[in-house]
Amino acid sequence: MFRAKVIIKRRPSILDPQGKAVEKGAQHLGLTNIRNTRIGKYIEFDVLSENRQEAEKEVNDYCNKLLANPIMEDYEFTIEEVK
Amino acid sequence: MKPKFGVVVFPGSNCDYDAYYAIKKILDQDVTFLWHKENNLDEANVIILPGGFSYGDYLRTGAIARFSPIMNSVIDFAHKGGIVIGICNGFQILLEAGLLPGVMLRNMSLQFVCKDVYLSTENRNTFFSNEIQIEKKAIKIPIAHGEGNYYASDDVLKSLQENNQIIFRYSDSSGKISDEVNPNGSLMNIAGIINKQGNVLGMMPHPERACDPVLNKTDGQFIFKSIINYLTN
Repeated sequence: MFRAKVIIKRRPSILDPQGKAVEKGAQHLGLTNIRNTRIGKYIEFDVLSENRQEAEKEVNDYCNKLLANPIMEDYEFTIEEVK
Repeated sequence: MKPKFGVVVFPGSNCDYDAYYAIKKILDQDVTFLWHKENNLDEANVIILPGGFSYGDYLRTGAIARFSPIMNSVIDFAHKGGIVIGICNGFQILLEAGLLPGVMLRNMSLQFVCKDVYLSTENRNTFFSNEIQIEKKAIKIPIAHGEGNYYASDDVLKSLQENNQIIFRYSDSSGKISDEVNPNGSLMNIAGIINKQGNVLGMMPHPERACDPVLNKTDGQFIFKSIINYLTN
């Protein structure tokens, strides 16, 4: 079995009004050095597979077809064998 | 023969009854509900994907509803030329299903916007807009959404324009389009688009909420009457 950890980010070309609003909060807190806040998603799950290559394929499928929308999001992931 | 409308009900749909009511009581057409776990479209001639928060808007709006069993049948139906209209969350589902191009981003203001807006009709020669007379500079229909900020790549936008697929744009009451009347930050003030074949419409405004004269706004009827007109003539 493998444990997958996926990070989904908005494409750099897509505006992130949420990130901007949060960054305004940082300014109000007096954290004046904060820049370029962008909000994404972190998702983890297990893949019931004995084979790393197979597991990676499954994670890619899951990301491409459901977890991320390739029009506006990019994803990256790591997988780690769990005994 | 009256056309038959099918209103899909997802867990979290909340405009399904409004759509049913408008079609049945105001427009006097046949209508049935279609449960998302079914794959039978019950011989409907028009499929409505209603507004709401299907699957709690988890992950992305429309992302999970798109994999409901009924959606396979809806996608088949659309590919065969069947008429499909997605309203608000229904529009978001059509985008996720790939029946229409683009995505919805969070409203620029980050606010949920619920109000009447005016729409300019950019193409009156469609299944969905043929009843909107040229004298009608703008139609008044309410919106209610948090993610209606339409985005697509430059190529997609260009192709939408070239093929006259942009049907409705946010405007003022005289049909004038400007940033000031854009409620959510949509590219080009886009409020509704059709696919290339012209049989699938997605729109953020809610025509079903502007049908009953008791509500003092009836411009939503134009969209349904256009479909009925197309199917019966």
